[in-house]
Amino acid sequence: MPFGAIDHVRKVFPVAELLTRSNEPVVALDDATFSFDEGELVALLGPSGCGKTTLLRIVAGLIRRSAGSVMIGGHEVHEPLGDYGFVFQAPSLMPWRSVLGNVLFPMEILRRNDKAARRRALELLELVGLAGFLHARPHQLSGGMQQRVALCRALIHAPKLLLMDEPFGALDELTRLEMNDLLLRIRRETGASVLFVTHSISEAVYLSDKVVIFSRRPARVVTEILVRLPEPRSQKVRFTAAFTDAERRASEALGLVPPVAEMEAAQ
Amino acid sequence: MRPRLLIPFGYPLAGLVLIVIAWALACWLGNLPTAVLPSPDRVYRALVMRSDLLISEGWVTLKETLYGFLLALVIGLPLAVAVANSRVLNLMFYPLLIALQSVPKVALAPIILVWLGTGLESKLAIVWLVAFFPIIVDTAAGLRATPKELLELAHSLRATRLQIFLKVQFPAALPFVITGAKVAITLAVIGAVIGEFVGSSEGLGYLLLSATSQLDTPLAFAALFALSFLGVFVYLLVELAERLAAPWLPPTAERH
Repeated sequence: MPFGAIDHVRKVFPVAELLTRSNEPVVALDDATFSFDEGELVALLGPSGCGKTTLLRIVAGLIRRSAGSVMIGGHEVHEPLGDYGFVFQAPSLMPWRSVLGNVLFPMEILRRNDKAARRRALELLELVGLAGFLHARPHQLSGGMQQRVALCRALIHAPKLLLMDEPFGALDELTRLEMNDLLLRIRRETGASVLFVTHSISEAVYLSDKVVIFSRRPARVVTEILVRLPEPRSQKVRFTAAFTDAERRASEALGLVPPVAEMEAAQ
Repeated sequence: MRPRLLIPFGYPLAGLVLIVIAWALACWLGNLPTAVLPSPDRVYRALVMRSDLLISEGWVTLKETLYGFLLALVIGLPLAVAVANSRVLNLMFYPLLIALQSVPKVALAPIILVWLGTGLESKLAIVWLVAFFPIIVDTAAGLRATPKELLELAHSLRATRLQIFLKVQFPAALPFVITGAKVAITLAVIGAVIGEFVGSSEGLGYLLLSATSQLDTPLAFAALFALSFLGVFVYLLVELAERLAAPWLPPTAERH
């Protein structure tokens, strides 16, 4: 049995919730079905505004689905299960807490803020290279550093599942590549499953075991692409044939390039 | 003087000196009677000679201001929490609060005097009335402007309502509370003086009125200066509270 199963999930927003001129309810997510195993990293790739973020919040139990089922670790999700980390597009740190205080926030909520928690926070901050910034305030850090703090905050309670909503979308290219490598390393060390929303094809391929491709609104899962790359991954796999092949298949599924067969026929 | 001190203190001081010089020149060259515009040295003399009176009357005004302000805080904060967290209360009262905020509450001073007499109670009521609205409106706005992601993060961890309020909503709203408190404390001084103008036998506002009625303009000016000091003093108190309660906020000057 897979660790997570998303089965024919559908989300329709009533008109009242959105400021649209039409009287039609908005179908944010038409039909999403895919599954993933423990420790797998799945990238959710698709055009912006196609309901990937909505799906992530449904998986988290933060918003209700209109139809379908979501099973995580053997539990049907109806409300937050409390056992996952969430990383948003913006770091969303608390300006009134220090770096360490931000990382420990989940442990305070879970009432597990003990010495072991503090030790783990220090380990995580060490891992992301922020050991020297424990007592800094978020506004004193760069965007990339803030997002690394957010990553530690998502990992502090050792969740089985990490939900990431375009976490590196606002970072510059170089920082983004660094963060990708950091995420791969963290994943190897924690063994957490990851659902990663992105609209960068190369980021999706570089990070994931599987890319789930969504169509434009109303979003449906178009296809899944399995990514097989030499492990452990490092930046040089970007220049391998397997990498470009996976990128090409993703681009085809998104309708950005015609399938190889058609191109050959045309020539 | 080092540049670090020159910019915040040196230049404003020089500006002040220029104004005082212009004021003195206007008095001496224009040959204005003291009853119309007392020269700076006469006002200074009034400030020094009548300092006991100014301090005792100032103490009265200070108490009215601070007590009224604290009353507004103590009543305004819980009400703001109630309005921000209840959809029904919010729909019922928030528009009303916004509408009442633009009512010139000072105009109610004579009525309040009829109700509560000329003692401390009426001053507290007037100060409370002017200070209450910025506090409740800003706090309610702040409580409802909690970043969505922080709420989602808390919900995803199955936080209780109390945890969400104490650890997310309230600290996130604190800058708004402080902004409201700063407006409120400035209005509180005005409220206290208006209360004293309308009916009182003590306080700097009363002193100002009685000095002008006796054509003791230097004393009136001295009272005016004392009021300004008092206004700046209570404002600085709020800033000090801000530094203690919210040390993560950048200093006000850098925020704009």
